[in-house]
Amino acid sequence: MAIFSVYVVNKAGGLIYQLDHYAPRAESEKTFGFPLELVLRPHDERVLVAFGQRDGVRVGHAVLAINGLEVNGRFTGDGRDVLEYLSSPANFPVSIRFGRPRLSSNEKLMLASMFHSLFAIGSQLSPEQGSSGIEVLETDTFKLHCFQTLTGIKFVVLADPRQAGIDALLRKIYEIYSDFALKNPFYSLEMPIRYPLLLGQEQQQGPASPPPVTGAALEAAASSPLNV
Amino acid sequence: MSRSANRRQENHKISRELFVLTYGALVAQLCKDYQQDEDVNKCLDDMGYNIGIRLVEDFLARSAVKKCRNYSETADIIAQVAFKRYLGVTPSVTCTKWNEFSLILDKNPLVDFVEELPAGRSSLCFCGLLCGAIRGALEMVNLAAEVTFIHDSLKGDEVTEIGITFLKKVEDKKKKKNK
Repeated sequence: MAIFSVYVVNKAGGLIYQLDHYAPRAESEKTFGFPLELVLRPHDERVLVAFGQRDGVRVGHAVLAINGLEVNGRFTGDGRDVLEYLSSPANFPVSIRFGRPRLSSNEKLMLASMFHSLFAIGSQLSPEQGSSGIEVLETDTFKLHCFQTLTGIKFVVLADPRQAGIDALLRKIYEIYSDFALKNPFYSLEMPIRYPLLLGQEQQQGPASPPPVTGAALEAAASSPLNV
Repeated sequence: MSRSANRRQENHKISRELFVLTYGALVAQLCKDYQQDEDVNKCLDDMGYNIGIRLVEDFLARSAVKKCRNYSETADIIAQVAFKRYLGVTPSVTCTKWNEFSLILDKNPLVDFVEELPAGRSSLCFCGLLCGAIRGALEMVNLAAEVTFIHDSLKGDEVTEIGITFLKKVEDKKKKKNK
């Protein structure tokens, strides 16, 4: 998918909507014997591969599951420390699933508010008066596009660097926001936008089903940027 | 009367009568609920405010207006783009002071079916919702304003005149205190 994620940030810097649209993640499950050839290292709340890239397991991948049981941060499903578990030969052979780590919702909240601050700094650093904030942030694997409305809401889209038409997509997302979030009488301004039940249903039915709800509409807009 | 409905990329126009009658019914019900005109006016203003804070995003999303550089541009945009889009009329703008503007409506669509205000309701601001909406919309783009009816055709004046007084611009940059 060319569009990776969509974030909507309110005036105060809080994340009010987030949508992930990643391609199927690279995950690999392998059985290992003692001693483990990979070098694992704890980082934040996860255990990451620091060295020893081989087959499908790359540096930076996190431990997702051990013996089929999902890992909970640095601890296994049954509460034992992962590194400790993997350092005792009695537990081997063990089957470990590695994959790209997913951002938790707290991390996303934090990153959104950090981006909000950077956006403000961007406009203050400018040598010209009245500059806009950060509009595009480019890395080698993705491009972040940000559109701030005159009312202070920011729409952030992470997309493939080669993807064109993101400006139109951002305007479209703004229209969808004004339609589905704001015109809903029970939605309070600046609050998180949640339509969990309908989002699940609509995702299965696809964009043609009426009435489209925020999540499905954004999903549809994100998956067809060239049709915008 | 045209108003965008929640259909994909289509501007559905609804019946003008439906809109005007609905508004009239709303005001009539409020008059039944409240004895005092001031209460009704306040209620209409609050409702208008709640509409305005949401409508402004729809307006900004759909009409590609750029950021206004001064009050006069703002008043022009309100009159020529916003009123045209939502009510189908274009009031004329006059500037009385550097921060005071008047929108003069020859024809007010909301009072199509109203002959005159009922007896005992002489200080009722029938279109108070419009004032609240303009005030709410301006507040969302950090322009504090006072919006009132200067002249009202229902009260015997020739035209309907809405006065917008821009107050001090709200600074939206947070000033961080030194910790």
